[in-house]
Amino acid sequence: MNRMNMLLAQEQTRAEVLADDPLWLVLLKAVVLFAFGVVMTLFMINWERKVVGRMQHRPGPNRNGPGGWLQSLADGLKLAFKEEVIPTSADRKVYWMAPVISTIPAFTAFSVIPWGPEVSIFGERTYLQLVDLPVGALVVLAAAAIGVYGIVLGGWASGSPYPLLGALRSAAQVISYEIAMGFAIVSVVLYAQSLSTGDIVDAQRNGWFALLLLPSFIIYVVSMVGETNRAPFDLPEAESELVGGFHTEYSSLKFALFFLAEYVNMVVVSAFATTLFLGGYMAPWPLSAIGDGVLNTGWWPLIWFIAKMLLFLFVYIWLRGTLPRLRYDQFMRLGWKVLVPISLGWFVIVAGIRAIRTDGGVSTTQILIVGAVAIVIIVLLSLLIPEKQVAEDANKIPVTGSGYPVPPMDLQVPTKPRRKVSAGKSATRSELTGSTTGKEADDGNV
Amino acid sequence: MSAVLAQAVTLAQGGEVSTGEAVAFWILGPAAVAGALGMILARNAVHSALWLVLTMLSLAMIYLTQRATFLGFTQIIVYTGAIMMLFLFVLMLAGRDSSDSVVEVLRGQRLAAGLLGIGLAVLVVTLLGRSLTDTQIAAPLDPYSPEGGGAGGLGRLIFGDFLFPFELSAALLIVAAVGAMLLSHSGGKKTKKTQRELVEERFRGQHDRPSPLPGPGVFATANSVATPALLPDGSVAPESLSRIIDSAAAEEFRDEIREVSGTGPEADAHALITPAEGAEAPGGEGTDGQRADSEGDKA
Repeated sequence: MNRMNMLLAQEQTRAEVLADDPLWLVLLKAVVLFAFGVVMTLFMINWERKVVGRMQHRPGPNRNGPGGWLQSLADGLKLAFKEEVIPTSADRKVYWMAPVISTIPAFTAFSVIPWGPEVSIFGERTYLQLVDLPVGALVVLAAAAIGVYGIVLGGWASGSPYPLLGALRSAAQVISYEIAMGFAIVSVVLYAQSLSTGDIVDAQRNGWFALLLLPSFIIYVVSMVGETNRAPFDLPEAESELVGGFHTEYSSLKFALFFLAEYVNMVVVSAFATTLFLGGYMAPWPLSAIGDGVLNTGWWPLIWFIAKMLLFLFVYIWLRGTLPRLRYDQFMRLGWKVLVPISLGWFVIVAGIRAIRTDGGVSTTQILIVGAVAIVIIVLLSLLIPEKQVAEDANKIPVTGSGYPVPPMDLQVPTKPRRKVSAGKSATRSELTGSTTGKEADDGNV
Repeated sequence: MSAVLAQAVTLAQGGEVSTGEAVAFWILGPAAVAGALGMILARNAVHSALWLVLTMLSLAMIYLTQRATFLGFTQIIVYTGAIMMLFLFVLMLAGRDSSDSVVEVLRGQRLAAGLLGIGLAVLVVTLLGRSLTDTQIAAPLDPYSPEGGGAGGLGRLIFGDFLFPFELSAALLIVAAVGAMLLSHSGGKKTKKTQRELVEERFRGQHDRPSPLPGPGVFATANSVATPALLPDGSVAPESLSRIIDSAAAEEFRDEIREVSGTGPEADAHALITPAEGAEAPGGEGTDGQRADSEGDKA
């Protein structure tokens, strides 16, 4: 009977197994995911403060709890009891809704992240994932798109200029960076041939997409920082320019919700990046070879997944500790003139390769040979291009590294004309008229 | 094990509506209609946009219950995520208090709009009537297979059977985008003026004043941006107020500004001149906003 169950299990897809989860298991998973988000937020705030502190040669929080790790918990509790101040010019309904709109989608996106392979929870066979939708990758994008409404509406509803500016920036930022992000995801989807997050992880069994699609990976990492409003792209907050940006007028628990949403969003995009590009919950190479892949089964993969996710979260902190905030026009230029064209071009290449591989029956070796031949031909052709004749500018003066003209080799230093005998007289005259005129008089002589 | 899925499939094939779907519909349908009504009836433009977002999200959810997951999430990403965000962006730029003008600019616009609206309503009602009586129910979708309602099947249709309409709409969108860019940049090629040219223009009187604007609160008792700078004679330097803050708060603080600048009715200790003289001070009340605006553009 047990064996038959196992055989049946082989035939069931991930989605079917998850669809058969009993209600208590679904609720358990949802509660655990929610708790994970909140705990990660508390952990991240502390970790961020500690790492940034270490980068700046100071200890960071070290008072509350063991090693200072309960500092953010204490801050969170204090925040809940603070007085709430709502500006009189605020649009109260929207003002109240905004933090909620910003928080809920952040947690929603957790549901499609595959945390691990098939495990058994209290005797029930399931995957470490809440739901496997055929369009899981889009769920994360959609959640990000809705979450931004919280920021934009919060800024608008505050009814004061700085939050409004923060909201405007956030809206423009998301519209610009979602395009590059979408293209990066589409390349992955083309290779995995599925939009389902579980299938994307399975497709990376033989190689991480971070290596296979390196440009997409870089574009995704850049745009995910832009999407989550983190340094150096934290223009909607921009403490030095906009006070607090969109959350300037928020206090107490509403402010805490914005804070929670920001950190949960960071965790979500990091987990999503792990899923898309770093092989999800699969063990990294030397570990995956141990014991015929035993580390890829059971609860082990959860460790690899969280380790990879923390790697991305560390990059977030690292960026914040090292990079200054971009100016707004620089930020927009990076998005529209660098990331979008590069991702478009790269997407065309990826789509072309996929089309050749699926339709043409061409093997990898053939593609590599053709590619090598093409590169050799391009290099040879580039040799045929006549070297550009740089017209010598007769008046051009060579310049040293610091910008001063290089003295010519045959520099003739003009000899100073001999001073007249009456120099003494002129000196006395300059003394009479004042010392500053002495130099001018000298110049005139030369 | 897959009994749940199988049941759903058989139910869909039978053309019946399952309880879950019915519950979802009776929640989402009224929400969508309420959103549409709210969009029309809301006074505030941003509220209007938010009601529309509610309609779009409800529609997306209805798609999801119809097992068209790809369509549903695309609806959320494209319409709510990108297009409505652009709408909101423009509405916020327009300002929170701006309202529609009720003056009719085009002649007979209301008549034409009314006729077309009635025509559209008739069209929709007849279509709806036909769909209720003689329409074949489409085969149930299986989003997990590429041939079903998933992204694969949709892609095959768009890039196969409907390639020409798809390319046509793409061309239309590109033409619109390029046209918008062309119109917004039609002011000729503007090169940025150098500092020297700006200085020369300033001293030739092409700007309002040769010096830069006074910083906010520089001569005042506080260094808040909302505090106006005072000129040496004790009057308010109108240019020292930020344009944004001016539009938001200048109205409220008008009396205070009057009082501080000495243009109010009472004698003021700050003013070194009499109230009567203060009223004739350069940059009177009427032109304040205008001057601040023009300065802001040039700065």
